[in-house]
Amino acid sequence: MALTTEQPLTIDKPRSSGRPAARRSNFELYSWLFMRLSGLLLVVLVLGHLLIMNILDDGVHRINFGFVAGRWASPFWQLWDLAMLWLAEIHGTNGLRTVINDYARKDATRFWLKMLLYTSMVLILAVGTFVIFTFDPNIGD
Amino acid sequence: MASTSAATADVTERAGSSRGGGRLYRGDLGMWSWVLHRITGVATFFFLFVHVLDTALVRVSPNAYDRAIELYKNPVVNLMEVGLVGAVLYHALNGVRVMLVDFWSKGTKYQRGMFWTIVGVWLVVMIPGAYFMLQRTITDLFGGN
Repeated sequence: MALTTEQPLTIDKPRSSGRPAARRSNFELYSWLFMRLSGLLLVVLVLGHLLIMNILDDGVHRINFGFVAGRWASPFWQLWDLAMLWLAEIHGTNGLRTVINDYARKDATRFWLKMLLYTSMVLILAVGTFVIFTFDPNIGD
Repeated sequence: MASTSAATADVTERAGSSRGGGRLYRGDLGMWSWVLHRITGVATFFFLFVHVLDTALVRVSPNAYDRAIELYKNPVVNLMEVGLVGAVLYHALNGVRVMLVDFWSKGTKYQRGMFWTIVGVWLVVMIPGAYFMLQRTITDLFGGN
């Protein structure tokens, strides 16, 4: 593919080495793939959670501290909730990152909205994980 | 091959949208399914923020948690719960559809049919689902003795 002088316009191919290395990161590819893989797991985790918590056996009306204590007595549901927390929070944050990138017009707006988003993600993951790991069924005694 | 069919699809799209004489792209089914995917996703994300914090009250005291959960049993919030489940269910079903479009060789060919299939599945799940979610609230409000 030799370039000749007759060619009126020459533009680098998207992946030619002339482009800055930073723009050739695969981050967006992994982000795209993560949305699909986490989404597949979340279909089971979240729909299962909604079915148990909101629909079966009187739904939300039977939920109270004792109900939560009963569920988190089992490592299975602890792991379920932990996986759901991390996958949903990262999946949602990545979705909102895309939305902010699409609609924020000024660089500064985009930057600060994303900082706010990432702060909320860290907060929610930290609080949620802490609660699952340190839950004490006898806290009221 | 791929570029040819994409170009053809593009032309049809444009011809379709200019049918009304205006210049505005009114969108096709695919666009609206994407808009709905965004809205349901963003709404669910904001709910998740609140929900992790209300669940964190189990670490404060049983009483604090029970009082927060009482709010979810309120008739208006109960109705919003049906909306949340509907939003999450749409997002899940359409997400599977998006994956099939991406990874299944016939996905793009059947994307329209798949959209109506998920609408059907959504209705089949939501009608009994809404019934079970609202049953208690409705009997408490109207069926009480």
